[in-house]
Amino acid sequence: MTAAFKPKHQRLVLVVLALAAILAAGALAAWALKNQASYFYIPSEIVANPPAADRAVRLGGMVRAGTLKTSPDGVTMHFVVDDGHGQVPVTFAGIAPDLFKEGSGVVAEGHMIDGTFVADNLLAKHDENYVPRELQDMSKQQARQTVAETK
Amino acid sequence: MIAEFGLACLWLAASLAALQLVAASLGQRAGGETLASVVRPAAVVQALLCGVAFLMLLWVFARTDLSVLLVAENSHSEKPMIYKIAGAWGNHEGSMLLWVTIMALAGGLIALIEHRLPERTMLATLGAQAFVGLGFYAFLLFASNPFARISPAPAEGNGLNPLLQDIGLAMHPPTLYMGYVGLSIAFSFAVGALLTRNVTPDFAKVMRPWILGAWIFLTLGITAGSYWAYYELGWGGWWFWDPVENASLMPWLAATALLHSASVLASRDALRTWTIMLGVIAFSMSMIGTFLVRSGILTSVHAFAVDPTRGTFILALLAINIGGALVLFAARANTIAEGERFAPLSREGALVINNVALSAVLGIVLLGTLYPLVTEAFGVRVSVGPPYFNPVSAAFVFPMLLVLAVGPLLRWRRDRFARVKPAVIAIAAAGLVVLLAMWLIAGLALFPLLGVSLAAVVAVAAFLPLQGRSLKRLPLPVWGMAIAHFGVAVALFGMSVDTAFTVEKLSAAGVGDMVEVGPWQVRLTAVEPVAGPNWTALEGRLSASYKGGAGHMLAPQSRTFWAPPQTTSESALLTRWNGQLYTVVGGATQDGRWQLRLWWKPFVTFIWFGGLLIGLGGLLALIGRVSVDVRRRVATRRIAARRAETAR
Repeated sequence: MTAAFKPKHQRLVLVVLALAAILAAGALAAWALKNQASYFYIPSEIVANPPAADRAVRLGGMVRAGTLKTSPDGVTMHFVVDDGHGQVPVTFAGIAPDLFKEGSGVVAEGHMIDGTFVADNLLAKHDENYVPRELQDMSKQQARQTVAETK
Repeated sequence: MIAEFGLACLWLAASLAALQLVAASLGQRAGGETLASVVRPAAVVQALLCGVAFLMLLWVFARTDLSVLLVAENSHSEKPMIYKIAGAWGNHEGSMLLWVTIMALAGGLIALIEHRLPERTMLATLGAQAFVGLGFYAFLLFASNPFARISPAPAEGNGLNPLLQDIGLAMHPPTLYMGYVGLSIAFSFAVGALLTRNVTPDFAKVMRPWILGAWIFLTLGITAGSYWAYYELGWGGWWFWDPVENASLMPWLAATALLHSASVLASRDALRTWTIMLGVIAFSMSMIGTFLVRSGILTSVHAFAVDPTRGTFILALLAINIGGALVLFAARANTIAEGERFAPLSREGALVINNVALSAVLGIVLLGTLYPLVTEAFGVRVSVGPPYFNPVSAAFVFPMLLVLAVGPLLRWRRDRFARVKPAVIAIAAAGLVVLLAMWLIAGLALFPLLGVSLAAVVAVAAFLPLQGRSLKRLPLPVWGMAIAHFGVAVALFGMSVDTAFTVEKLSAAGVGDMVEVGPWQVRLTAVEPVAGPNWTALEGRLSASYKGGAGHMLAPQSRTFWAPPQTTSESALLTRWNGQLYTVVGGATQDGRWQLRLWWKPFVTFIWFGGLLIGLGGLLALIGRVSVDVRRRVATRRIAARRAETAR
């Protein structure tokens, strides 16, 4: 080994090393992404096919009007998220994002435990026109209808 | 008038860039000396014109000239002056003008002061800089004119997003852009070196300070951005793996790799091809980041499809610049002679591993950022978040940190393990002691545990290269390396400890109630209405005492802005040497209590201190490199003068 590499061999060794690392990174990333592929759910999906309780997932949909309630402790909120085809109850302990309200879109991060989505975080919205990226499709096809139905 | 003057300056600057490109291309030929002589002045004047155009934009924003469309859309007469001015770059057009201005200033700067390289290579470099610049001038003038007028002028502007009305906005984007766009110099140098077949250690020495400069700004920009998001967004998080954040991380990873490979090329004449390649990739990452942030593609692939002008424009720029550079690289790479050889166990060997690991992390971040966009185009909605980024990047970062600990101890070219064995044992012992202690006593989870242990390893290892050397005579770049590596350890320590030991308390408190969070007792003493220049707020008055000590006042606010109408939470922070108390006040509950969200975040500030240390290390290295160069230049001049005298 040591300095016995011929010049061409050294370049070859370096290229092989870099390729191996990049392939390893690619394989690892692909494997992890595959496991992430169902990271985002809408209510009808999460009800039909709930993820394991220990998996952190995101849930997106509309907060159904009239379902938002606050527990006596003053900080735990209960509401129902709806996509027009299914609905799921959500609990969240925390200060809701400034523009969180009934009838608007929301993306919650958390776990599905015994049929209830326990949110660790409600994604803050940066302005009043913001629609969560994952709901862009819905906002065109379903959201207006969903909001109209749930109002 | 002001706006038209600014626009005219931009057109002039763009035509000078065209002149610079033509003159640099034709000036290479025999007899092209006259043409070649206009290249440098063209670059300098271009920089001045862009500077003036940018000042004109600041002017119309400062005066809130509502007949300018951009001002009407993004500003408001009642905004404080600092946010009027900072608001100039808090929007698409303004930030692209900032980009172009910095790019022109960078080009002007190398034209003005860089005389170490053969003139042919410099011409090619300045030509490349003008070529890249022209694309962005076209983008600015045809697709994002910041000086467009609106008629009739509205009575009042739309205002600036309140989240952006913060001192962070004044500092963060310009710093980050200097880093982003500063990398264009590395790109142009790489292209210039390829065109003129001049990839030498001298070339790397010339390129290195410029990379360092850009890298320092990137480091500080990311650090500032992280702290800004931390206190302004009110979630207590400091890194979200948001695509916009990733867009700034990717150029930093590439620039860090480039910095290290350029130092191998400069010191040892090895890794020639790789360094050129990284020079191309680093600025490509800046452009990809800009594309992601500026094209609207992040909001949605569909949003991009609705108004594709800008996105397509940047995409075309990307394809031409990156594609062109890569084709040139492919055509010329095998003409670059093989560099010096080295053994696997050597400084070069360690730096190769560092480079490969950084590239792997770069690939992982890029893949994770682009993946949701690709699947969305096929109709599948996917979020890629921390569960992907954290473990996958850690799989490469953690081993890389071990190499970072040992690499600086190794000699160039070849080394024996026996020579560094005592140091390696000391480093490993430090790591193992911390690992065992943290595991047994604190029972940390895997990632924070490895993080804290590696922080100990890197912290000890950072200063070992100074051992046995005279600290007075130690060159500044070596100090810089030690401090930057120590900064990595400090930041890693902060991240791990914050992840492991943060205490969060959420409660509804009546006035007079006491809430405990970690070692703190926090009492809500009052809730008062307050008013600012363009907002009103409910302000919670908190009295916080650490382990029963004296009370400190905190006043988090829930602010309501009226232009545009929006509510934001202004967190209040109390900083001690060993952490931060983070307080947020929310809305009122039905029974008249107030929502309080409190965090005790031990050593969280170390994350940003670490970032600052990394930047400081870079600065020391830069000062060291530049001062050596200046001294050398003064000496040569003196020798030349003396020779001229004796000849007389």
